Amino acid sequence: MSTNKNIQFSDDAMALVQKIINRYPEGKQKSALLPILHIAQAEFDGWLSPEVMDYVASLLKIQSIEVYEVATFYSMFNMKPVGKCLIEVCRTGPCWLMGAEDVVRYIEKKLGIKAGETTADGMFTLKTVECLASCGTAPMMQIGETYHENLTLEKVDDILNDHKNQGNRRTHWEKDKVKP
Amino acid sequence: MSRKLLLDNLDKPGIQSITGYSDNGGYEALRKALQMKPEEIVSEVQKSGLRGRGGAGFPTGMKWSFIAKPEGVPRYLVCNADESEPGTFKDRYLMEHKPHILIEGMIISSFALGANTSYIYIRGEMMYVFHILQKAIDEAYAAGYLGKNILGSGFNLDLHVHCGAGAYICGEETALIESLEGKRGNPRIKPPFPAVKGLWGCPTVVNNVETIAAVVPIIKITGEEYAKIGIGKSTGTKLISASGHINKPGVYEIELGVPVEEFIYSDAYCGGIKNGKQLKAVVAGGSSVPVLPAHLILKTAAGEPRLMTYESLADGGFATGTMLGSGGFIVMDEDTSVVKNLWTFAHFYNHESCGQCSPCREGTGWMYRILNKILNGKGEMKDIDLLWNIQGNIEGKTICPLGDAAAWPVASSIRHFRSEFEAYINNHGMKDVKHYYRLNNLQEA
Repeated sequence: MSTNKNIQFSDDAMALVQKIINRYPEGKQKSALLPILHIAQAEFDGWLSPEVMDYVASLLKIQSIEVYEVATFYSMFNMKPVGKCLIEVCRTGPCWLMGAEDVVRYIEKKLGIKAGETTADGMFTLKTVECLASCGTAPMMQIGETYHENLTLEKVDDILNDHKNQGNRRTHWEKDKVKP
Repeated sequence: MSRKLLLDNLDKPGIQSITGYSDNGGYEALRKALQMKPEEIVSEVQKSGLRGRGGAGFPTGMKWSFIAKPEGVPRYLVCNADESEPGTFKDRYLMEHKPHILIEGMIISSFALGANTSYIYIRGEMMYVFHILQKAIDEAYAAGYLGKNILGSGFNLDLHVHCGAGAYICGEETALIESLEGKRGNPRIKPPFPAVKGLWGCPTVVNNVETIAAVVPIIKITGEEYAKIGIGKSTGTKLISASGHINKPGVYEIELGVPVEEFIYSDAYCGGIKNGKQLKAVVAGGSSVPVLPAHLILKTAAGEPRLMTYESLADGGFATGTMLGSGGFIVMDEDTSVVKNLWTFAHFYNHESCGQCSPCREGTGWMYRILNKILNGKGEMKDIDLLWNIQGNIEGKTICPLGDAAAWPVASSIRHFRSEFEAYINNHGMKDVKHYYRLNNLQEA
């Protein structure tokens, strides 16, 4: 159980968490685990530290191990820190057919990192992911909740420059949606 | 042009909202359904011949009829919106553009099954669609279509949307249930089937987004009318996700029975192969189904025109046929390397195996590494037979169908394109498939 006083959901996030828990029958609050881990990533710098997972376990009144085993199973949960802007490029068949490899190579060159790495300034992490159901608008990449589709290298340039200029963190569950 | 039952009115302003949807006939089917008895709705769905649109094609009405009804135990309807099969993006399209048809379908189907709490399980990556659905659900509550005593019928329903977090396996219904319970997505051994013991041990039906949405037009026009569309046991309309080297990728609603050739070349659908190239191969129903070379996807082995139906696509079994699956229609032109396409699929299945069954956990990794070796010019001829052997030892030997799904692309690629594997091996890897044709001075099969 968490004893770290620094780890605490904002009031808005806590109200939302409570609302989500109420969607499941009495005693089945563990069902809320995946949605709440998404909110936790949004609240706590885009990744799930052991302390954050312990905190989520305490909220749901389950054992920490039940959170660890779940968090490590699902690919959207980051088990180590990531850049403010996590770039997820689809690499599966249909996107590959339409040039996903070129997109990955281009971003690697532009940012000076390999897939799986983070830029020195902590701004970008590049990740290749499996099919995101955007095959008809391939190639594509996801940043935060946004699908960037029908990518060209020029488009990639614009998107990455925009993010660099804005400089804020993006998560799948966008921070501005952590409201009840 | 095919009749549109799901993607109709998409051009109408505000169709995404409850007002726009209702102004165009939305929620009329719900009013009609609430005047019917639940078993009459099940019977309409049975008469319609509707088959599960997620990939398996199991008759929906029959699935519904299996649900156990023990006294005092809640029943659940769960919508499978975990659309993750490579090549498939129809459910995302439907939910994004017409969320209320899913909500309406969920209310009617829940009423038919006697479920008072239902869930839509959407894959986590589609978080923006999650919020679209949440908004639609909020609108439906405000309009009195959800909550207590819906439209004075005495029927109560709470509908919730639940997000996953990145796992293909959660599209398998028992893994989806595990995930909805807040656990790892490990499929359960069946029996017991979810209809008897599903979510939290209660009777549960899991249906795909498109299946649930199709209940709306079925109630509207009757099951009998719906069954008149299509051919034989392939009734109604089907959403096809078309991708790859075609002029017009996108989601198309077809009446089942459209010839494959028309679907690929007609301007009403894919609009032909991009850049005037020749067709090489098609994966007709999502990455899991067997890939077919051009001559076998356009015509059956017997020379009959291949049709977009469950039966016609399966004609010839796996020797010369494939499956309609989820309708993820991936088109490859003459310059595509089937071996490399397979390599991306092999990586996918290796990544997505939940790890419960050894044949799948180990076998998917072996297949990926052997393909890697072949693509990198280190392949040996015996590797092709080894791949064949491994896929055969996965198929049918796992708890869930992910094992089969990982095996079939490998088997079909070798079955129909063995010479391409050999060329990679003989030439110690190739830069691309054009290189292969140049080296071998070959015309395409």
